Amino acid sequence: MSHVLVLVEVANGALDSSTPELLAAAAVLGDPAAVLVTEPGEADAFVVELGELGAAVVFTASLAGVDSMLVTPQVAALHAAVTASGDVRAVIVGNSPDGREAGARLAIRIDGAYQGDVVGIEADNASGGVAVTQQAFGGSYTVTAGTGRGIPVISLRPHSIDGRAPAAAGIVTEIDIAGDTTACAEISATHEQKQASERPSLQGADIVVSGGRGLGSKEKFVLVEQLADSLGAAVGASRAAVDAGYCDHNLQVGQTGVTVSPNLYIALGISGAIQHRAGMQSAKTIIAINKDPDSPIFEVADFGVVGDLFTVVPQLIDAVNARRG
Amino acid sequence: MKIAVLVKEVPDTWGDRAIDPVTKRVDRGGDMVIDEINEKAVEAALLVKEAHSGSDVTVVTMGPKSALDAIRKSLAMGADRGIHIIDDGLRGSDAVQTSAALAAALKGRDFDLVIAGNESTDGRTAAVPAMLAERLGVAQLTFLRTLAVSGDTVTGERVTPDGHVDVRATLPALVSVTEQIAEARYPNFRGILSAKKKPVEVLAIADLALAAGDTGGDNAWSVVADVTARPARTGGTIITDDGTGGTQLAEFLASAKLI
Repeated sequence: MSHVLVLVEVANGALDSSTPELLAAAAVLGDPAAVLVTEPGEADAFVVELGELGAAVVFTASLAGVDSMLVTPQVAALHAAVTASGDVRAVIVGNSPDGREAGARLAIRIDGAYQGDVVGIEADNASGGVAVTQQAFGGSYTVTAGTGRGIPVISLRPHSIDGRAPAAAGIVTEIDIAGDTTACAEISATHEQKQASERPSLQGADIVVSGGRGLGSKEKFVLVEQLADSLGAAVGASRAAVDAGYCDHNLQVGQTGVTVSPNLYIALGISGAIQHRAGMQSAKTIIAINKDPDSPIFEVADFGVVGDLFTVVPQLIDAVNARRG
Repeated sequence: MKIAVLVKEVPDTWGDRAIDPVTKRVDRGGDMVIDEINEKAVEAALLVKEAHSGSDVTVVTMGPKSALDAIRKSLAMGADRGIHIIDDGLRGSDAVQTSAALAAALKGRDFDLVIAGNESTDGRTAAVPAMLAERLGVAQLTFLRTLAVSGDTVTGERVTPDGHVDVRATLPALVSVTEQIAEARYPNFRGILSAKKKPVEVLAIADLALAAGDTGGDNAWSVVADVTARPARTGGTIITDDGTGGTQLAEFLASAKLI
C-alpha cells in the first residue's frame, strides 16, 4: 500500500495529543508513516509509541537547534519523506498553526493540493484519490472536495476520525534535512500559559464550557472554570468576554477565534451573535443558559435554560458532582 | 522600507453568507466588505511606516471589480498605492493558485515586508500567507499579535494554542497578524479624498506570466465536488428556570449520556 505521511508534533517531551487521531486518519487511506523532527538524539523516545499508534514507518529527521526554528524544518522533513517513500498517497498534518503552515508550504514545494480544516477523510478508490469533507461558514455548509492535481496535503480538525489505527512495526528510516537553507524565523522564547488545572486544550476538547458578557466580570468568570472542571471540560469564551478582559484571547471561540466541534458545548451568558455561532454550531450537543429568552443562542441550542446563570450553574455543578460522587 | 499588505473583500460576517449551489463558490452577490483582519493588517503596516520615515505601503488584492473598494478603503486609511489583480481566468482559484498569483505580482518589487491577515473570514484556510512565504523564499512570521521592525530585523509574538512564542527574522520577511495586532484607524475626510487620486496598478494573468493551464477553478489543485447546506438545528428544548433549571439540565445531560 501507499504511504500516508503524518507530521508528528512534539512539545514538552511528549507527542501532541492529536497524534493518535492523525495516524488513524492515515490508516483510512494507506500505510501510516510518521514524520518526526527532533533535536539530535531525541527521536528514539517516541518511535515505539508511534508504532503502537499505527505508524508502519517512522521517518526521523534531527537537526541541532530545530526547536527554535519556525516551521521550515518540518517542511524540509516532509519533503524529504515524500522523496524517500516514493509512493505517497496523501500527507496529513494537525490543525495547529504549525501543522497547517507546514502543510501549506509543503503543498507548494511538492506541487500538491492543500485542503485545510478537514473534518472527514475517505479513500476514493475508483480514482485512487482522496475525498475530504470540510465545513464552510462555521458549519452552515458541508463541502466535499477531491484532488485535481498532485498529492493532497490535508490538515485535520480534532474529533474528525473515530477509532484508532492498529499497531504497526514503526520501522525507522532516517532522513537528512541538514542541507535545507530555506529562510526561517527564529523562536527566541516560549511563553506557555499557566494552567490552573489539567484542563484539556480548547480545540481538541470533548466538552467545552464557554462564558460570555453575561458573566459580568473577570472575578465571576471563575464560575465558567468551575463548571468546566466539574465536567473535565475546556474553557472557552465569546469575543465580548475576551474584549471585556474576563479571560485570555486564546480562549476565544468564534469567527475570529478557535473553531470547536466538541461532543458537548455549554454556552453561559452568551447571546450567540452570528460570529460566535460560526465557531461552535457544529458541536454535537449545544446547551445554553441565558437570562434573555430572545438570545439567538437558543435557536441552535438542544437544551436551553432561560434564567440567572449564577443560580442555575451552581445547581448544575452540584448535580454533576452528585452523579459523579 | 517597502511594505506590501494583502487585502481581500469578503461577504459581511454580520449578514447571512451563502455558497452558490451551481458554481459551488462563495456567493459574492451580497454585501461585500474588506475583511476586518485586513484593515488591521493595513493598520500594522501604517504603524511600521510611521516608525520608519521614507516607507511606502502598497495594498495588494486579487478579486473582481468590486474588490477595488477594499483597496480604496486601505488607501483612505493611509496606504500609498494599490495593485489590483483582476482577470476572469482567475475565478475559482484555490489557495495554491491564489498564492501563485500574489507571488507573481510581488516578485521583483523588492518588498522588505509583506503583511497579511492570519486567516480570512470566508475561506478560513489560513494557508495563503505560508504558501506565499514559500514561493517568495522569505522567512515567515505568522499569527503575530505584536510586530516591531528595528534595523533589518522583524520581531513579534506568535500566538500558539498554549500561549505565545517570541519570533524574529531578518528582512525581507512575510508576516501575518491576528486580530489583537491593533485597532484599525478610521479614514478621515482628507484620506478619503486623497485615496481617489492614489495610483492603482491593474494586473491580469498575462502581466503575471502565469500559465493559462494553471489558473482558475477548472485547473485547481483542490476541486469541490459537492456543497450541501446543513439543515437548521431544530427541536431544542427551552425551559424557563423555576428554581430547578440546573437540576433539569443535569437530567438532560445524563439522559443523553453526556455526564
